[in-house]
Amino acid sequence: MYAYDEIDRTLVNERVSEFRDQVKRRLSGELTEDEFKILRLQNGVYLQLHAYMFRVAIPYGTLASNQLRALAHVARKYDRGYGHFTTRQNIQFNWIKLAELPDALADLAEVGIHAMQTSGNNMRNVTSDQWAGVAPGEIEDPRIWSELIRQHTTLHPEFSFLPRKFKIAITASDHDRAAIKIHDIGLKLIKNEKGETGFEVLVGGGLGRTPFIGKTIKHFVHGRDILSYIEAILRVYNQYGRRDNIYKARIKILVHELGIEKFSREVEEEWQHIRNSSLQIDDEVIEDIRSRFTYPFYEKLPHNPDELRQAAADPDFEAWRKNSVAPHKNPGYSIVTISLKPIGAPPGDATAEQMDALADLADKYSFGEIRVGHEQNLALPHVAKRDLPALWKALDKLGLATPNVNLITDIIACPGLDYCSLANARSIPIAQELTRRFANHELANLIGRLHINISGCINACGHHHVGHIGILGVEKNGEEVYQITIGGRADESAALGNLIGPGVKFDEVADVVEDIVEAYLALRERPEELFMDTVKRLGVEPFKERVYATR
Amino acid sequence: MPLVNGGKIADDSFVKLAVDTPLPEGGDILVPAERFVGEADALLERAGKVGVIWPNNRDIAELVPYLGKIAVVALVFPTFRDGRAYSQARLLRERYNYRGDLRATGQVLRDQFVFMLRAGFDSFEVKKQADAEAFMQTAKRYSVFYQPTGDGRITALHRRMQLRHSEGVGT
Repeated sequence: MYAYDEIDRTLVNERVSEFRDQVKRRLSGELTEDEFKILRLQNGVYLQLHAYMFRVAIPYGTLASNQLRALAHVARKYDRGYGHFTTRQNIQFNWIKLAELPDALADLAEVGIHAMQTSGNNMRNVTSDQWAGVAPGEIEDPRIWSELIRQHTTLHPEFSFLPRKFKIAITASDHDRAAIKIHDIGLKLIKNEKGETGFEVLVGGGLGRTPFIGKTIKHFVHGRDILSYIEAILRVYNQYGRRDNIYKARIKILVHELGIEKFSREVEEEWQHIRNSSLQIDDEVIEDIRSRFTYPFYEKLPHNPDELRQAAADPDFEAWRKNSVAPHKNPGYSIVTISLKPIGAPPGDATAEQMDALADLADKYSFGEIRVGHEQNLALPHVAKRDLPALWKALDKLGLATPNVNLITDIIACPGLDYCSLANARSIPIAQELTRRFANHELANLIGRLHINISGCINACGHHHVGHIGILGVEKNGEEVYQITIGGRADESAALGNLIGPGVKFDEVADVVEDIVEAYLALRERPEELFMDTVKRLGVEPFKERVYATR
Repeated sequence: MPLVNGGKIADDSFVKLAVDTPLPEGGDILVPAERFVGEADALLERAGKVGVIWPNNRDIAELVPYLGKIAVVALVFPTFRDGRAYSQARLLRERYNYRGDLRATGQVLRDQFVFMLRAGFDSFEVKKQADAEAFMQTAKRYSVFYQPTGDGRITALHRRMQLRHSEGVGT
């Protein structure tokens, strides 16, 4: 975990007092709503259908237990007792009052949490692998670099009024859990032949109205040059990105219109001017940031302790363990994913009581650390294997042991028309219905890994394009209509899904998904062939036939 | 619209000329980019200072041959959402070493002052009187800066290195 120093604390406090002044000026009428809108967006405050929505950053998905308690406190004191974890390692509160926002921010600032740049046309929360620092085979902990970039992008004097929002994600593993290929800049931490740390840099990925998979702009940028290289990309984008049309303003459109070769030449030229400047990072700076990350002191513990062997007799424990527990770089420990997808509930929500209890469990079993992943689940990153049965029992009591991680009911969904002023259709009720249809664990397990992503409008907050099954709600003649794609994925082999046919009505969506799943079960060559692989092998056609034969 | 210069509300000695306004005999003038580029020699020969209003979608490098001779470069924020002029400002200061007055015009509001100062602006045509009056107070809002720019303010990374080294002396 990164511990703020006095410098970081000062900045966050200065930001809180600035925002307090901005809210005061808005409430007194000194600022118009149009002026205030930009200012509040820079601090994660949206005006939604029913109330203000407040989005808080959880940089690179790392939380300390006292920080999770502070989020629970905000949910309880300023909201309706719960929060919603998003696909970008943020948490949203849906019922906040404008006049109380500065106090909520001040409370969060006390534990080193802020909401800077969680919305607006600026550089958003830097995201990373939720297993960073603990995943086996990782090159090095990407959070050191994430933190460096977080600082550099915070209140940037040149890039706080970009053509559109700008998202950066970093991974250091071959298996990409940070979805870097659907980000404006994706960074893959690698080593060159001399063993030096650097990055493969991707640019121009993104979903929304015009989805693109990011393209590699440079195969290796040395770590010491990463800030200048990012700055060069941003400077080209700030000057040449389109500002005439909000739907064409993301960097992906600029990259597409110029072509990656021309775009990369522009960046290269700019970079040559600034790479040998004060943006160059020396090892000491990196060491300084690294020194403020604390790592647990792991005990040498057995890989297969008695507690685990005994618990294996309990089928419920085994069901949970098989999909929630992942290998840790230290063989006596595990990474435990905590499903925020109970059957019949909105994906990604957690109550204040659950957050508090989870903070206690993190203290007891995970060195006080919690992670947040883009799949809208949480994780405890350092659980001793002997503690797994006890942890499971405790999670089960809290309703946090649904054994569905990576299964069909582990659905990613945006808030949709139930909350969001941009939405055209409901997302949450679709997710809820699907979790009920596939509530039977045996069935879900038989189906195996399958990601469903649901967005309630073309802005694609539910990342529907990269769902194995993607569901997009649109509005047609005053009715909600859902377009369904298959074959998308967000990992290192990122791909956009293909439409299976005409849109279907709200109450048909779950039936269609069932048809797709039945088709898969009939078509797969063997049980190990995942849904993704069957779609890859056979294409859309057989699924389309199955779905539309009777419609 | 009040002008803030040197941190205070100040008189503006510059008169803004349109593309076709007849050239006054003397006095300081601010001229649109296209007119400036077309008549640069004549403009620079007359008595009185000359400044140029440079739009945010025109390459700032075109101004380089004149930078030693002009008194003001006025950059434009058509709305405060449009941040192109921040890049132009930094290029002028940090790449082309422009040392004259760099003026922010357009929708200039209190909440941009710190960003603008960091990007190299030193004078401001402020939209609202109250914002102009609050300039000094607003400019002091932040004491911590994460990014190096040409304004010379010490960055957080740099300050940490100093702290490390000063702590290191005694050990």
